[in-house]
Amino acid sequence: MKSTKVSNLVLDILKFTILILGAIITMMPFVWMILSSLKTSSEITAIPPTFFPKDPQWSNYQEAWSRAPFLRYFVNTVIVAVGSTFGVLITTVLSAFAFSRLNFPGKKLIFSLLMATLMIPGEMLVITNYITVYNMKLEIGETRIMGIDSYGALIIPWIASVFYIYLLTQFFMQVPDAIYLAAKVDKCSDWKFMWKIMLPMNKQAVVTIGILNFISSWNAFMWPLLVTNDPNMRVLSNGLTQFQSEAGSDYQLIMAASCILVMPIIIIYLFLRKYIIEGVTRSGLKG
Amino acid sequence: MEKKSMKGWLYLLPALIIITVFTLYPLIRAFSMSIMLDYDMIHNTFTGYGLENYQKVLSDKSFHKALGNTTIYAVVVVPCSIILSLLIAAMINGTKKTKGLFQTIYFLPYVTSVIAIGIVWSWIYNSRYGLLNSIISFFGFDPIEWLNKPKYALPALIIFAVWKSMAFNIMVFLAGLQTIPKEIYDAAKVDSTPRWRVFLRITVPGIAPMIVYSYIMGIISAFKVYNEVYSLYGGKAGPADSAITVVYYIWKKFYQSFKYGEAAAAAVILFFIILAFTMVQKLVRKFLSR
Repeated sequence: MKSTKVSNLVLDILKFTILILGAIITMMPFVWMILSSLKTSSEITAIPPTFFPKDPQWSNYQEAWSRAPFLRYFVNTVIVAVGSTFGVLITTVLSAFAFSRLNFPGKKLIFSLLMATLMIPGEMLVITNYITVYNMKLEIGETRIMGIDSYGALIIPWIASVFYIYLLTQFFMQVPDAIYLAAKVDKCSDWKFMWKIMLPMNKQAVVTIGILNFISSWNAFMWPLLVTNDPNMRVLSNGLTQFQSEAGSDYQLIMAASCILVMPIIIIYLFLRKYIIEGVTRSGLKG
Repeated sequence: MEKKSMKGWLYLLPALIIITVFTLYPLIRAFSMSIMLDYDMIHNTFTGYGLENYQKVLSDKSFHKALGNTTIYAVVVVPCSIILSLLIAAMINGTKKTKGLFQTIYFLPYVTSVIAIGIVWSWIYNSRYGLLNSIISFFGFDPIEWLNKPKYALPALIIFAVWKSMAFNIMVFLAGLQTIPKEIYDAAKVDSTPRWRVFLRITVPGIAPMIVYSYIMGIISAFKVYNEVYSLYGGKAGPADSAITVVYYIWKKFYQSFKYGEAAAAAVILFFIILAFTMVQKLVRKFLSR
């Protein structure tokens, strides 16, 4: 009995050692990115490298900011992420409500058809979608609404997601029919019921979908790279790879630019991780 | 539920329009484009129909390389990631106070931009000033040209990919571990069964469906690797295309060599590969849930 206690203690120490070691390896690129972004150009090329910058160079951020239009990239990224998230939430709530509460001809068929589209790899659609957007030029006055180098091209293809529709439908289904019927008796219209009762009751699920969509839109790379030629229309991720090829060996500036892309998401994650982890594991388990 | 009416379609309309235009139409378009010969996107012209695009792609050495790299992914990256993730998840699950902290740390790579973190990794791999080589030289080994030599390009990508993919697997396994009834563990405790045995006899079988799911999802995502390669090698598919993947191949054909028909043919091949794996996953799932 005593020996198992001792060996359990040893195992516990071993367990925490491995967990902490793993945590350090997981965090290392982030820590290294931040530390590198604050080094001088001579510190960054020191052999062997110094770990902490002697005198944190916050001016690296200013310099990166001035060498490429990162402010513009930042604003574009926010516009695209907010726009697509707003759109996704509207189409998702409407569709999930239709599937969970309304009865209409062909409902089962259209639901299975939509579910089947989940098997299509989005990456294969990128090239043909590019051709679609290329041929769609819509301008109102001076502003381009759709087509290459437009916010429409960056946002509109992403404002509907079958996966989120599926997820929210599951949540909406759990709302008891009795509530719906009671609202019907009170002459509450479907429209009103959806916004006033269904939505507040599933606030957490809706927020989760919103955050997950915001993050994936923020991190998107291939599509924005394809549909923008004008540097003024680039998002942060494209701006960053462009900057990487221009900045040469000024790694401290490249790391500062990487921080600009990564830090907002880390901050959102630290505050809203409950929603994010919950949402991802739910999607992981459902497949 | 009330009687049938067309109102439901009205609610679905916005989503249906977007999905039709940006998912269904491009799918059909990819199929038709793949059999158009010498398709020119700008003038929308082609010289005829045929299967030559498929022939070209299937006999292309670069495409074989992409499939080969994906196979390496499937037999190295995915299993490594799953085994490590399973151990870490079981260990996190065994902690009490620090559970939330470890969960938060280990999940971080999932939410952050692959592009930015790939660039950070390329800096870590830098042959002269990189962190990794200075650690290696500290232990008295010669520095390695990680990103410039084809021999090391793939191992570099594999390390990065395992690091990156563990976050999602750990979360899925952690959630899976919650579904194993506590009583089974308690019973094992009473019998003072050694922990490694508990792990192999209770934990692993308990989340077997999740392991299978993660494995197949890992293979599917191996075909789609793109951002990792792009950022790690600065917009190239590694030295001499040594780290090319299927999606990278499609991208190259389309965006760099303007072979639209061949890009579409490769995209259709990708579609069928992923369809096959999805079917396998559904079958396995059915089998396991019986």
